[in-house]
Amino acid sequence: MPRNVSDDWGQGMIALSDYLTVAAILFGLSMAGMFINRKNIIILLMCIELMLLAVNINFIAFSHFLGDVAGQIFVFFILTVAAAEAAIGLAILVVLFRNRGSINVADMDTLKG
Amino acid sequence: MSFEQIVFYFFAAVLILAAGAVITVRSAVHAALFLVLAFFTTAALWLLLEAEFLAITLVLVYVGAVMVLFLFVVMMLDINAAPMREGFARYLPVAALVAVLTVVVMVMAVGREHFGLDQFAAPERMSADVSNTRMLGEQLYTVYLYPFEIAAVILLVAIVAAIALTLRRRPGTRYQSVEKQVRVRSEDRLKVIKMNAEERK
Repeated sequence: MPRNVSDDWGQGMIALSDYLTVAAILFGLSMAGMFINRKNIIILLMCIELMLLAVNINFIAFSHFLGDVAGQIFVFFILTVAAAEAAIGLAILVVLFRNRGSINVADMDTLKG
Repeated sequence: MSFEQIVFYFFAAVLILAAGAVITVRSAVHAALFLVLAFFTTAALWLLLEAEFLAITLVLVYVGAVMVLFLFVVMMLDINAAPMREGFARYLPVAALVAVLTVVVMVMAVGREHFGLDQFAAPERMSADVSNTRMLGEQLYTVYLYPFEIAAVILLVAIVAAIALTLRRRPGTRYQSVEKQVRVRSEDRLKVIKMNAEERK
């Protein structure tokens, strides 16, 4: 039986759904960022970082509310992989800029034939 | 409204605003700085969720290393941002539609009816002598030891790959050849000659 939302407010506690909603909004924003900044690789990489952050918030919120530390461990591994991904992505970006003199996505059409 | 809720809504609002700024500001440097703000506020939210170790890790690793790397690359490359903003207004309606649809569907799935306080009651706060770092460490070095070591290998591979990608050999520069230096033997350089002693003039 779903309770009235105003009751939850009165309890003065933050529900799991609040954290999940924040993460969902963050994910939606970063997805919109992918659409509107589709020419700029650097902003695209930042949007990927934001998406991973949203996922991490979900993991930690569930870990807290279910009392299971495994969620935090998973976030630990996601942080590791995301750091590696950012380092390699930026290295590729630097090489790309050195070879092409531009990081515009529209210029990357060499394989089109 | 309790103090906890005030803190939560404040940091959540700052987080959303910072994320909105990341995707809309004109300069990539400003976007990176807003991303730093987003990471800081997220760390605050994680502190509310009693994930102290990961909150500190987020600030140290992300703000301290990854974002510095981002800023470094953004400032090192001389990028003309104007042509990359074209299509910004064109794709804005599509982006807004997709974002709103995604958020609405997700909030319908994770809203108060399914994940409210009725279904998942807020857990008791841990006492002050419980160490989150110790809890994580005990799991990480026993149950998750093998994934932990794989993570270390992934980081090593990332370092090697990043260096190998960006390393540039310039033909004009003089390098020391380490392998030649190591393989040098004394016979190659020093010759002992036998000769008779000569009288002093």
